[in-house]
Amino acid sequence: MTAATAVNAARAARRGLRRVPAWRLAALGLAGVTAVPLLVVFAAWLTPETEIWRHLARTVLGGLVNNTLALIAGVGAGVLVLGVGLAWLTARCEFPGRRFFDWALMLPLAVPAYVLAFVVLGLLDFSGPVQTGLRGMLGQDLRLPEVRSAGGVIAVMTLAFYPYVYMLTRAAFLGLGRGTLEAARLLGLGPWATFFRVALPTARPAIVAGLALALMETLADFGTVAVFNFDTFTTAIYKAWFGLFNLQAAAQLATFLLLFVALALYAERRLRGGARYHEGGRGAPAPRVRLRGGRATLAVTAAALVFGLAFVVPMVQLLIWAVDAMGDLDRRYLNLLWHTLGLGGSAALVTVSAALVLAHARRVDGDPLTRGAAGLATLGYALPGSVLAVGVMLAFTALDNGLNTLSRLVTGEAHGPLLAGSLAGLLLAYLVRFMAVAYGPVGSALERLRPSLPEAARCLGAGPLEVLRRIHLPLLRPGLLTAALLVAVEVMKEMPATLLLRPFGWDTLAVRIYELTSEGLWERAALPAVTLVLAGLLPVVLLVRRSAGN
Amino acid sequence: MKTVRTLLLACLALSALPASAADEVIVYSARTEELIKPLFDAYTGKTGVEIRYITDKEGPLLARLQAEGENTPADMLITVDAGNLWQAAERGVLAPYASGTLETHVPAHLRDPENRWYGLSVRARTLVYSTERVDPASLSTYEALADPAWKGRLCLRTSKKVYNQSLVAMMIARLGEERTEAVVRGWVANLATAPFSNDTQVMEAIAAGQCDVGIVNTYYFGRLQKKEPGIQLALFWPNQAESGVHVNVSGAGITRHAKHREAAGKLLEWLASAEAQGLFTSLNMEYPVNPEVAPDPAVAAWGGFRADPANVAEAGRLQAQAVMLMDRAGYR
Repeated sequence: MTAATAVNAARAARRGLRRVPAWRLAALGLAGVTAVPLLVVFAAWLTPETEIWRHLARTVLGGLVNNTLALIAGVGAGVLVLGVGLAWLTARCEFPGRRFFDWALMLPLAVPAYVLAFVVLGLLDFSGPVQTGLRGMLGQDLRLPEVRSAGGVIAVMTLAFYPYVYMLTRAAFLGLGRGTLEAARLLGLGPWATFFRVALPTARPAIVAGLALALMETLADFGTVAVFNFDTFTTAIYKAWFGLFNLQAAAQLATFLLLFVALALYAERRLRGGARYHEGGRGAPAPRVRLRGGRATLAVTAAALVFGLAFVVPMVQLLIWAVDAMGDLDRRYLNLLWHTLGLGGSAALVTVSAALVLAHARRVDGDPLTRGAAGLATLGYALPGSVLAVGVMLAFTALDNGLNTLSRLVTGEAHGPLLAGSLAGLLLAYLVRFMAVAYGPVGSALERLRPSLPEAARCLGAGPLEVLRRIHLPLLRPGLLTAALLVAVEVMKEMPATLLLRPFGWDTLAVRIYELTSEGLWERAALPAVTLVLAGLLPVVLLVRRSAGN
Repeated sequence: MKTVRTLLLACLALSALPASAADEVIVYSARTEELIKPLFDAYTGKTGVEIRYITDKEGPLLARLQAEGENTPADMLITVDAGNLWQAAERGVLAPYASGTLETHVPAHLRDPENRWYGLSVRARTLVYSTERVDPASLSTYEALADPAWKGRLCLRTSKKVYNQSLVAMMIARLGEERTEAVVRGWVANLATAPFSNDTQVMEAIAAGQCDVGIVNTYYFGRLQKKEPGIQLALFWPNQAESGVHVNVSGAGITRHAKHREAAGKLLEWLASAEAQGLFTSLNMEYPVNPEVAPDPAVAAWGGFRADPANVAEAGRLQAQAVMLMDRAGYR
């Protein structure tokens, strides 16, 4: 053995030793951090609340489960049809107004579901202008179907959550190379068959990622169902907590949501089996299919209807209300805006970095432990915000109390809380809550990256960090940006964790909306709501501009 | 290892600093900023004492206070509904604060018998009816709304709201569980539409003709009246021959581990004083607790009523029972 080969062998051995544990450790560490609040929630089972469970089982549980399943089925079907359908239209077809709808259909992402909910109810309930107008024309005895029903909630959530599916799927469709589609056509597939047999399977990781986000959002939602007074599993959690003052029982109920989501995610992975989907080479993008006549009209109508209902109508209504409340607009609004944007930006940075580490570790090191860690770290999204926030808060105060005891021993004086009620606590809550939002796009971008690329780089002697910096980051930039902007929008809309964990004085626009709506002052909540939507448009517009470059 | 040591040192360095300034009070409030900030601003302007606060729902605030234990920065907890104050006291996060001033300003049935919390404003939950379709002579009590005569004519807010939980809890205290459940079942049978998520919607539904009568807190009626002066609705004071109108309070207590106990006590006394009580009633059209203070003219215009003299703490004791009862009765 020559000296050179010995050195090389030693280097390779060292690399081999270092590589695996480093990523695995990082992933496990991150999963640990995100798992702590979840474990706190699970720990509630240490004191089972049998009496409350018996009461719930006897009275309301059946209805709650039915309602929740109806929501999942309805919203799931709704976001798939709207999201995938519209993504195909704007990514692969050409019709009048296509360039406009391309980005316009993403804008509803900036409208929080709870805001859409109170606008819809304000407009469509019995005493709202629409029904009042209809009664004026058609007679006072007119009775329309109840808006505050499963159908109403499903419609609102579908309009609020379809953009997750739309955005991610659209990016996947745009990424379809000319080669792939041409090969399909050459092999004799018609346009429909190409869509179902080539495009859909290729886009499946993205579609599933979007669907998972929409459904976890549905399960965790409290704002929309509270506005509609529609009872779901989440409302039961809040009732156990706020009505029966039993946080233990609330947390126990919440663990079922987590188990359900974990099972669903696991099932998806199993169903997908060993299938892997990689981009079929960059190449030129495939040409769009030009729609004409009736089909073009249909496409425009569908896109315009969704855009109108999910964005234009609520914005117009909010603006009308906001005009009456302009007196509220004072210097404080700048502060609220700044806090909102600042929190969104910093949470995006923290969360996406963590998601990248996690997704990368899962890819280079596919052992069950790392995979499990990644799965665990993305569960927080399905937990209702307040429950998660309490988990974070309990973990942090326990740490704080420990530190205080220590400091009292050393200096004879306590220093008060350091973590709970600090920005760090809030950012951790966002990390846990929105890891799934970042992990989806980052993970699916990684999955579509051909393994041969980094492998080639490794063969050429690049270290893992170099591969990350020179191969992964540039190729992943679109996915990373998507993730960051999604997280930023989510954080700006987030309400319960912000309420509980914000440092003194760190009010955001969502906090202001909460304050006003909890007093029933919906019209006055329109001003912060419009501001929040406009602030949320910033990242959405960035997203649009980024994807326009595709 | 090095980072750990640095962190530890940083913590110790921080701990050497004084915990907080002397002239401040830190408040956790479930009463929204909208309704407390003007009071705090007035107090700071008068005394120079800074007030720092966060607002949230009472459940999370209470959980936080309990978890923080003796390390809590909070000096005072402000919340709406006696049920929540009772819970806070039960969980030991509030310390008794005896004060002659508070005893004279806050009537006995509107404060904790052990002085752990004091009511600061009174909220009356009463009937509201359509002046077009309802003869007030046909109205009498909360219980009477369960009569089949009101079938399809009643609108209610959701049972998830603590105001309704307290109303039902006080009925349990008065009538017993069995009779109360029959009343609630009667209400549910009379509903014109599914329960609403807030009081304003209840009143708008009555005005629009979806139903004829409902149960609301008076200040919501005041706000709606301000916005739409011509609205065809009026308040009715029920149970005048019996128990009186159901009243509740928003209130405050001083935390067990307050770092600024004295300053917080002074603030609490001021909040019950004539000056602050005037602000309470004008800000939100609630009734002052302090008997020496007259309500806002718009509030006084609704007329006087006899209020239920039972101690509002009962609402807390019976709240869980009330929630379960409403679940059984199918009141969403």
